[in-house]
Amino acid sequence: MSDSQPENLPATSAAGDAQTPGAEVIDQREGMFGVRGTGDTSGFGGLKRQVALPGGTPKPYGSWFDGAVDKLEGLAGEGAIEKVVVDRTELTLHVAREHLVSVAQHLRDDETLRFELFSGVSGVHYPQETGRELHAVYHLASITHNRRIRLEVSAPDGDAHIPSVCSVYPAADWHERETWDFFGIVFDGHPALTRIQMPDDWPGHPQRKDYPLGGIDVEYKGAVIPPPDTRRSYN
Amino acid sequence: MGLEEQLPAGVLLGTVEGLLGYMRKASLWPATFGLACCAIEMMTTGAPRYDAARFGMEVFRASPRQADLMIVAGRVSQKMAPVLRQIYDQMANPKWVLAMGVCASSGGMFNNYAVVQGVDHVVPVDMYLPGCPPRPEMLLDAFLKIHDQIQHSKLGAHKLALQNEQEAAALTAAPTIEMKGLLR
Amino acid sequence: MTTTDPYADARSTTEGKVFTVTGQDWDSVVAGLGEEPEERVVVNMGPQHPSTHGVLRLILELEGETVTEARCGIGYLHTGIEKNMEFRSWTQGVTFVTRMDYLSPFYNETAYCLSVERLLGIEDQIPEKANVLRVLLMELNRISSHLVCIATGGMEIGALTVMTIGFREREMTLDLFELITGLRMNHAFVRPGGVAQDLPAGALDKIREYITWMNKHLPEYAELCNANPIFKARLNDVGYLDLAGCMALGITGPTVRSTGYALDLRKSQPYCGYETYDFDVPTWDTSDSYGRFRVRLQEMWESLKIVEQCADRLEKMDGEPVMVADKKIGWPAQLAVGADGMGNSLDHIKHIMGESMEALIHHFKLVTEGFRVPAGQAYVPIESPRGEMGAHVVSDGGTKPYRVHFRDPSFANLQAMPIMCEGSQVADVIVAVASLDPVMGGVDR
Ligand code: SF4
Repeated sequence: MSDSQPENLPATSAAGDAQTPGAEVIDQREGMFGVRGTGDTSGFGGLKRQVALPGGTPKPYGSWFDGAVDKLEGLAGEGAIEKVVVDRTELTLHVAREHLVSVAQHLRDDETLRFELFSGVSGVHYPQETGRELHAVYHLASITHNRRIRLEVSAPDGDAHIPSVCSVYPAADWHERETWDFFGIVFDGHPALTRIQMPDDWPGHPQRKDYPLGGIDVEYKGAVIPPPDTRRSYN
Repeated sequence: MGLEEQLPAGVLLGTVEGLLGYMRKASLWPATFGLACCAIEMMTTGAPRYDAARFGMEVFRASPRQADLMIVAGRVSQKMAPVLRQIYDQMANPKWVLAMGVCASSGGMFNNYAVVQGVDHVVPVDMYLPGCPPRPEMLLDAFLKIHDQIQHSKLGAHKLALQNEQEAAALTAAPTIEMKGLLR
Repeated sequence: MTTTDPYADARSTTEGKVFTVTGQDWDSVVAGLGEEPEERVVVNMGPQHPSTHGVLRLILELEGETVTEARCGIGYLHTGIEKNMEFRSWTQGVTFVTRMDYLSPFYNETAYCLSVERLLGIEDQIPEKANVLRVLLMELNRISSHLVCIATGGMEIGALTVMTIGFREREMTLDLFELITGLRMNHAFVRPGGVAQDLPAGALDKIREYITWMNKHLPEYAELCNANPIFKARLNDVGYLDLAGCMALGITGPTVRSTGYALDLRKSQPYCGYETYDFDVPTWDTSDSYGRFRVRLQEMWESLKIVEQCADRLEKMDGEPVMVADKKIGWPAQLAVGADGMGNSLDHIKHIMGESMEALIHHFKLVTEGFRVPAGQAYVPIESPRGEMGAHVVSDGGTKPYRVHFRDPSFANLQAMPIMCEGSQVADVIVAVASLDPVMGGVDR
């Protein structure tokens, strides 16, 4: 039994399904409520769900995206932009990590691009995506042209190094420290990559998927409620 | 028959405990320990609408050495816990702790790696105030209750006896999980 | 001699002599320092200090009264909200985000909900009334947030009257919040798809009363502060940061507007229908703390203008829906304020318990499982009282967020603290930090 079309999806949704052409399957979830496989008669154990993120978008992208991407490709050279995703009116560029700093430099300095405001880094951990488990997601804004762009850079878990963009955007300082703190991504070239939110001697990187939520059991009279990450749940 | 009747007018008899409690409760100076959302409600309580000055509580002290009551208003993170303990240690005796809000009382909705699950893991708490955030009226009520507690606190040998009694009771108390009955 | 001082202990460390001081014990520090050849005083301010807006830790290196180096220590309020959300349904997420930046709960909620709505692809199906209510609450929230900023900022420089009147007006705003949402703070009122509940009866009259009250009392701040020589002496030219510095450090909000640049997402990238409201973006051209104060003051007037327009619109919208029509997203129960505060409406309970099995199943599914959100990521920034706030929301197609990250303006703005403080006096550090208005709940999340 396959649950590839979950029934309680909003009627209006179009994108993002495993069926959408170009979607990129990154994970397959099996079972539900903690049961797996066919031995279980409830049927939940046999459930399968593919996790598919929007894949690369073919040209033309529409709106100002084409011009900007072409310009950037010309400036940054071959292989810098691995993939362009246009999804829900937002432009995401997947950038090879060795090209990140030069891409950021061009994005900031070129007259026609001019993304001068750095909005932040957000780490995302995809443990099933072998070879590119850790993603750093940068949001940039161009005030001159009133545009927004998202850069996504990935690194394998075994070699979690991404160059720092602090030299281009000084604003990245704390954001990168935070991402290091929570995900363990090492930003090479950062002036002082230390923990920022957690205590200095904290072991581990708490917002990774393999780090438990860390809650404790809540006890009532005659009842125990486990923390949310160890409860049975929909997946 | 008692002594009172033979005393001239204008003399009042009481216990030293009662007198001391009365004085202590009427001059309670809280230390500002604002941490999160609850701190804003704590400030509101000091502001004109609720006016904690009516209960002699408006003098929020920045220095723990001048404060008797620590209002832990907000969530205590693992990083903040040692600081909190240090502040507590710096306060002069006698001192009281009020855990304001569910976060300070039990960790509240943040049952995770970052938040201490109740400030009573770090310092002894005299009063727990539920709510997220508790309304200023609730904080005022907690003030009154802690005043009452201070008024009736014991001294010297009485205090020791009471502490021993409480200790003995706590050692034999059943853990929550073994209690029966309604979830109250 | 200083080593025996019970209040200011001196310890020798590899870094030099370290004193533990908690106010009014400076004598022993000064006397103790005289013995040291190198005079470099590093003062650790906070994390428990009244003048730092909560649990901010400032590490100042001093030469006399001059700050030669300033650093921030943050994380003392790290709550792990982003991680907690990964184990709760999309709707429950609102309850968490509202507690991040606790002075602007409606902005957190709206930023999160707008991103979720973009992922769901229902951005253009949000009912008009829900949008007006969101704008109304956000603008009221901007007023209450700025009031706290001005009030605490005033308190820190000793202007206690500003604090007392600031909290007086804030209470008025909170009364409105309580009437509309049921709670004074941490409302969780804005939900993916709309808002939780319709405007209660009599709310419009209260809003009008509020506008009259504010029109009467807002000028008091200007009268108290604008030309007050002490106030100006403390704020003028303190915490200077120009436009280039703002851009480099990613600073947004009143700090940018105090440099004379009218950067406001409500105008440049409107959301929730802001393009249909008539308001100005106030600016000032001094790039200092005083400019930021004036910008905030003026913004409250503009917000009041928007609130008035919202009230006019709401008057004509009686009975319109406040939640998206798609029953698979909208919360199944219409909430009603019962005797015990907030709860499901009795009509709804009667319907699911006594009349319709299907309705019960639907209710059960949505409440326990929640809706699924198509896989992808979204980031919709909005203009919070402190600047650009946005939620980077990632979905894997499940009933819970895969990852939520908040770009909180307090976090980004606080990076400007060193550049604003280095070279100034210790007392100016307080003013400069207050003019940034960082809320530690937002910084640390
Ligand atoms: S109890 Fe609620 S209001 Fe108080 S700090 Fe915790 S989350 Fe904030």
